[in-house]
Amino acid sequence: MQELFNIFVKSIFVDNMVFAYFLGMCSYLAVSKTVQTSVGLGIAVIFVLGITVPVDYLLNEYILRPGALVWLDKSFSDVDLSFLSFILFIAIIASMVQLVEMVIEKFSPALYSSLGIFLPLIAVNCAILGGSLFMQEREYQSIAQATSFGLGSGIGWFLAIVGIAAIREKIRYSNVPGPLRGLGITFIITGLMGIAFMSFLGIKL
Amino acid sequence: MSAVKQEKEPLFSAKNRKLLTNPLNIDNPITVQVLGICSALAVTAKIKPSFVMALSVIVVIAFSNVIISLMRNGIPPRIRIIVQLVVIASLVILVDQVLKAFVFDVSKQLSVFVGLIITNCIIMGRLEAFAMSNKPWPSFLDGLGNGFGYGAILLIVGFTRELFGSGTIWGFHVIPESFYDFGYRNNGFMILPPMALIIVGIIIWIQRAKNPQLIEEN
Repeated sequence: MQELFNIFVKSIFVDNMVFAYFLGMCSYLAVSKTVQTSVGLGIAVIFVLGITVPVDYLLNEYILRPGALVWLDKSFSDVDLSFLSFILFIAIIASMVQLVEMVIEKFSPALYSSLGIFLPLIAVNCAILGGSLFMQEREYQSIAQATSFGLGSGIGWFLAIVGIAAIREKIRYSNVPGPLRGLGITFIITGLMGIAFMSFLGIKL
Repeated sequence: MSAVKQEKEPLFSAKNRKLLTNPLNIDNPITVQVLGICSALAVTAKIKPSFVMALSVIVVIAFSNVIISLMRNGIPPRIRIIVQLVVIASLVILVDQVLKAFVFDVSKQLSVFVGLIITNCIIMGRLEAFAMSNKPWPSFLDGLGNGFGYGAILLIVGFTRELFGSGTIWGFHVIPESFYDFGYRNNGFMILPPMALIIVGIIIWIQRAKNPQLIEEN
């Protein structure tokens, strides 16, 4: 239990998707103009990461990992399919996003209309694929660990995008030098937020 | 449908040259179109990984543009994203295997970011915006141009960070020992992730100061 909580907190603050690895920057920059839309996108990312990381964990554990096919037959113990992981992960992500979209549409039309446009975009958000690839690289021991990593990184991303959106809403009233307006200042603020988040680096979990 | 037959244009007509040169400056994928930031920042602590990354992206973007452009009339619009992802993912697997075979150490450094070329928005963005509606040759040039524009920013950031962060270029020491004797120190901060963002911010500042038409209203 302790272990799970550590992974969760670590993936929110120390290994923050945006500030430590720059994942999902494209949508982070494009959709952070107002707090309301960024909350929508953030929730969608938490949702999708929380589902795809465990599913990709199972995929990695029982199909892709070197020697993963042993459950089929003893003779498969030296088969290594890990070179297929990119294409399988992205296929899983694209289809999970489609599935999640249909489920939400059926059961919660209100949530669907607020997330609507963002869900399909998420399939190509690098934070999602990045989550699965980091999960593979860090070799988590159980599906519970993978899930808490996925949810944690989603929440970290959510915090980052809501934070920058709030700052951008305010900065509209300040007198930023012309060439720096918009994109430039957003980059620099993200850098400063990254420096602030680095203060979590010292925490040993 | 227009019945007018288009005149055959030479391979490097003015229009085609524009496809190649525009992305280097006023239509740069990173600083103007805001595409493909993720990988641009994460791999640029040193020049060598930046160079390898830029090369991989150029290869993937040019060839995926050509392939999608060849198939553009046969792809049903509803499933085009999946088709594009499959094409890109296969190319990225090729690049990944080549990197693992020939430059294993760099491939280890780049870690997940080679895989993340799949979701690099430059590639999807160019496929959607250009290759789906243009012939293979202009698409190829467009891919190359955008790849070079991306690579240029990567190399500038990588150069700055490596020079000031480690005092080296491509792994060779360029800052003379005597500087260190006078009390010069490498700026370790340059190596850390947030600095990449700030450097890109400054590049955007310089570029827009030179091209005032790019300045945003708000």
